[in-house]
Amino acid sequence: MDSAKTHEILQSPAFKKLVKTRWNTSLIFTFLMLFVYIGFLLIIAYNKDLLKIPMGDSLNLAIVVGLGIILFSWIITGAYVYWANNYYDSAVNEIKKEF
Amino acid sequence: MSFNLLLQANPTGPASTLGTANPVSIAIFFLFVAVTLYITYWAAKKTKTGSEFYAAGRNISGFQNGLALAGDYMSAASFLGIAGMVATKGYDGLIYSIGFLVGWPLIMFLVAEPLRNLGKYTFADVVAYRLKQRPIRIASSVGSLLTISFYLIAQMVGAGGLIKTLFGLNYEVAVFVVGIVMTLYVLFGGMLATTWVQIIKAVLLLSGATILVLLAMSKFNFNPAVLFESVSSQYGSDMLAPGGFITNPLDALSLGLALMLGTAGLPHILMRFFTVPDDKAARKSVFVATGFIGYFYILTFFIGFSALALVGKDSIMAIDKGGNMAALLLAENTGGSAFLGFIASVAFATILAVVAGLTLSGASSISHDLYVNVVKHGVSDEKGEMKVAKRATIFLGILAVILGLIFKGQNVAFMVGLAFSIAASANFPALLMSILWKGFTTRGAVWCMVTGASLSLILIVISPTIWVDILGNSEAIFPLKNPTIVSMTSAFIVGVIVSLVKPEPDAVEKFESEKLRTYLGVGSEK
Repeated sequence: MDSAKTHEILQSPAFKKLVKTRWNTSLIFTFLMLFVYIGFLLIIAYNKDLLKIPMGDSLNLAIVVGLGIILFSWIITGAYVYWANNYYDSAVNEIKKEF
Repeated sequence: MSFNLLLQANPTGPASTLGTANPVSIAIFFLFVAVTLYITYWAAKKTKTGSEFYAAGRNISGFQNGLALAGDYMSAASFLGIAGMVATKGYDGLIYSIGFLVGWPLIMFLVAEPLRNLGKYTFADVVAYRLKQRPIRIASSVGSLLTISFYLIAQMVGAGGLIKTLFGLNYEVAVFVVGIVMTLYVLFGGMLATTWVQIIKAVLLLSGATILVLLAMSKFNFNPAVLFESVSSQYGSDMLAPGGFITNPLDALSLGLALMLGTAGLPHILMRFFTVPDDKAARKSVFVATGFIGYFYILTFFIGFSALALVGKDSIMAIDKGGNMAALLLAENTGGSAFLGFIASVAFATILAVVAGLTLSGASSISHDLYVNVVKHGVSDEKGEMKVAKRATIFLGILAVILGLIFKGQNVAFMVGLAFSIAASANFPALLMSILWKGFTTRGAVWCMVTGASLSLILIVISPTIWVDILGNSEAIFPLKNPTIVSMTSAFIVGVIVSLVKPEPDAVEKFESEKLRTYLGVGSEK
């Protein structure tokens, strides 16, 4: 690809939007994950008793939250794949078609 | 995680066949080695070029790579160590395993796709993409090789001790067997063989652990509530909630950051993203890996609690103080000695596969980063590069055995934490800034990596982990057990400041065209 063409793509609103949306999405997802995990650590550090609240007969909040974070990690990863497969890939194809 | 097996014959302990030659174990292990060596023979015929040796010809599917990534990550230390931690410390074991898992979503959001689009064989390809090759290659191979070495020592020492316990085999013999077999995989089969060894091992480990949980849960009517009740009636309900693992919030945060972001800086994990055809497959492989690893940690949680309820804390700790044998004792308790043999051989296979992955990644760093891009100034002749890669493999195989022998009986538990700290402080910040920040310079990247690696090393020596626990001083100079919160933050800050002080116009200019490749995959390695 020659440099004029490269320049044209890089300056196009479609490409700029693609890059911006990609990082906005990634960073929101990253902060969500950090918030959940670091929040979990801080609750353990400062308020262990909160997690001892019973849930039903033999479960407690700690186990529900712990296993919940494992599930959350997987779901949020899946959500990103879903977004990328649908939105991101089609936007990439649009740009490639246009130029 | 501690692997110092303090195994002693315990006359008052339960009747266990651990430590004696188990025919099932030996048969399954030989079968595993025979099958994987056959795969290596098959892979050797398809491993001629550099791209085949380092990246399996980029023909691994997203799903296969997901399993292989999971295989790389699910070491014997996580299987036996985390189950053991749950069995002896209860809920705290889960906190640890969650830390290992949450790095995976971040790999997805931050590095997986750009890594695939920009790189060729090693993550240094990405960092060096628009910067000056030689300084970057030298600095990043130091980071890579340090991470790999500490990880490798922990695995080899663990392997020797574990195999001694499992099979009654001499420590030195075990270290030699592991060293030789894994060198054969990497030397002849390259990435293709290493990937398939990893996939087979992941399937064996996941199915073995699943059967173990099913067998154990059958004693609790397949009802987790009955299991938890049994645990809390025997050991008190505090077992099911956070205990003493986290007391100092800063310490917890530092360890959390190391586990989380270190995962995104482990060279043997990052190099797997070059084995898939495109960024879409890279994406899929992280999703698959996260699913399997998460499932695996849920299994180890149940294995630990079941062992606690069925085998008992005293019996577990009588065999090994760290609880590392909990999963195996549970296997024997629920499935007899044949099933114990099966699980034991799976643990052995796990170690073999993990050290093979580490060795391949170290060999790539030596041949691709140091030989081609530093010694040969980037003028790669494929034959010469392959020759160096193979010599590096043999060298690392011998080194792994020697390190395994030197560190026999030493406390190496801190080395996994140190490997994660260096990965999070030296490799991850440079990788992330090179992808995201236009103004990042060669000098900034080198300083960032050097700061991260050296601070990790220095601070861990003067931390309670080594200064107090190993060197026996009464008080540590640096208060935190894991240095990451300081070393990683400093690496980012130093990288930014040094880059701002003296900009690199060349790098800024190339950043623009790099974007086409990062986001559209234009010009990516096929």
